[in-house]
Amino acid sequence: MTVSGETYAYPFSEPHRLDLDPFYAKLRAEEPLCRIRLPYGEPAWLATRHEDVRTVLGDPRFSRAAALERDEPRMHAHLRRQGGILAMDPPDHTRLRRLVAKAFTMRRVELLRGRTQEIADGLADAMAAGGDRADLVEQFALPLPITVICELLGVPFEDRGDFRIWSDAFLSTSKLTGQQVQDHIESMNGYMAHLIAERRERPADDLLGALVRARDEDNDRLSEEELVQLAVGLLVAGHETTASQIPNFVYVLLTHPEELARLRREPELVPRAVEELLRFVPLGAAGAFPRYALEDVEFGPVTVRAGEPVLVAAAAANRDPEVFSDPEGLDLGRSDNPHVGFGHGPHHCLGAQLARMELQVALETLLRRFPGLRFDGGPDAVVWKTGLLVRGPSLMPVAW
Amino acid sequence: MQKDGGAVGGDAGREEGDGLWEVAVDRERCIGSGICVGTAPGRFVLTGGRSGPVRAFVGPDGAVLDAAESCPMEAVTVRERGTGRLLAPEE
Ligand code: HEM
Ligand code: HEM
Ligand code: SF4
Repeated sequence: MTVSGETYAYPFSEPHRLDLDPFYAKLRAEEPLCRIRLPYGEPAWLATRHEDVRTVLGDPRFSRAAALERDEPRMHAHLRRQGGILAMDPPDHTRLRRLVAKAFTMRRVELLRGRTQEIADGLADAMAAGGDRADLVEQFALPLPITVICELLGVPFEDRGDFRIWSDAFLSTSKLTGQQVQDHIESMNGYMAHLIAERRERPADDLLGALVRARDEDNDRLSEEELVQLAVGLLVAGHETTASQIPNFVYVLLTHPEELARLRREPELVPRAVEELLRFVPLGAAGAFPRYALEDVEFGPVTVRAGEPVLVAAAAANRDPEVFSDPEGLDLGRSDNPHVGFGHGPHHCLGAQLARMELQVALETLLRRFPGLRFDGGPDAVVWKTGLLVRGPSLMPVAW
Repeated sequence: MQKDGGAVGGDAGREEGDGLWEVAVDRERCIGSGICVGTAPGRFVLTGGRSGPVRAFVGPDGAVLDAAESCPMEAVTVRERGTGRLLAPEE
């Protein structure tokens, strides 16, 4: 039984810019596990405390794979996921993840920093050459992560336009019908299968080539379907999140001028600033990827019964006063910052080190190249994505 | 690389292992992602936001190798006790 006995419609409100609905703080204090109902699927629990969120994401008593057999709570009727790395449990999940983990370790990612910097500099050059104003989304935030992930995987440059159209279908679903989403997903899968076939004929040294070798040298390690799904998953996961966070971070900085001035004075704070911004920005507009309890699990007075789904509110956990001092404040120098912006446990973001590096390069480059960076037309000129998925601007006019 | 720990390494001129593995976490590198805890249940525990092995010496267990291979910070190492031979992560 919950404290209030109520089931709340979720999300609690239409997202507004990067504001976090104050109801999360109330729940975290008074009803840390509550009942919610998403637009589709069965009702679920929502965890808002840092400790509980880490339990749901990290404890083997909770399963992602179990969601496949259930009427998963979700935002859109057609978002029924068919599998993929984020719908697996250890040890199946471990087998898949081990294969790619090597490519995403801190050490490997550092090797990509130089190239990422080149890409960022090129984009900044093009912005500067175009005058004294630009759309930060189209001209910087989107091309940076797409270029990085495409180069890492080995997607040819000339195919990136198509790729962009298909991959938009995965996350910006609001404007598309279920059939259109399905068509795009199939196009993307077909395209990946084609790239993979090419690697078979002409082995390549990119990540896709390495995955193909892992599949071909030892058939148990990766099925053909898993190989395609994994490659598509990396492409999808590798860019919308990062592309949204770049303008989100700039938005937060421009609306916190004192912290921005501090960062300009002390650019060595950039790595810490990135962590703080990951903590501060409520990226997910609503719950995604519910976990199912495999047995009864107690959270204080509340028992989650075996078979019940739980969603986590990472943004609420990231402002838990039990863990963070002055949790509602932005402190770019925050040193102890165990935020869950990349999740926690076995599904902890595979691309976390890559995303961190890209975000550091992006921020440092924008600060250095555009000392007068400001909103062009004020914060109200920023257009936000709708559709309750990942929050972020779809258009962000800036000037310098 | 020889990886099933039942077989003792036995590089000539080296001491022999005793069949046990030594699991270590570099707490300076660890970022507390919990991947190891989830990958090898019962083998790692998070304290103060960082991971550490529940027991430093364990019998051969593929799950701890998986954890060492999956750690994004390469903070987990698994060695053969006695010889110090690195079993994971692969270099
Ligand atoms: C912060 C929030 C989010 C993160 C970090 C995230 C991350 C990811 C990742 C890692 C994947 C690839 C998974 C795989 O390969 O199996 C993925 C795919 C996907 N995500 Fe998200 N996502 C987020 C929010 C959402 C939301 C809110 C929705 C929709 C309600 C959504 C819909 C999808 C869809 C449709 C796919 C492709 C599914 C497929 O391949 O079958 N995501 N996302
Ligand atoms: C700022 C950028 C990013 C954020 C905030 C982010 C966040 C997350 C989060 C919260 C999860 C866990 C989802 C869950 O457990 O429910 C996740 C998983 C994942 N992310 Fe990211 N991500 C980002 C960038 C990337 C990049 C650049 C890549 C790839 C190259 C990537 C690949 C993945 C994959 C494959 C998973 C699924 C891992 C698994 O199931 O084992 N992400 N991400
Ligand atoms: S996987 Fe690595 S970084 Fe994550 S908690 Fe374990 S040791 Fe720390």
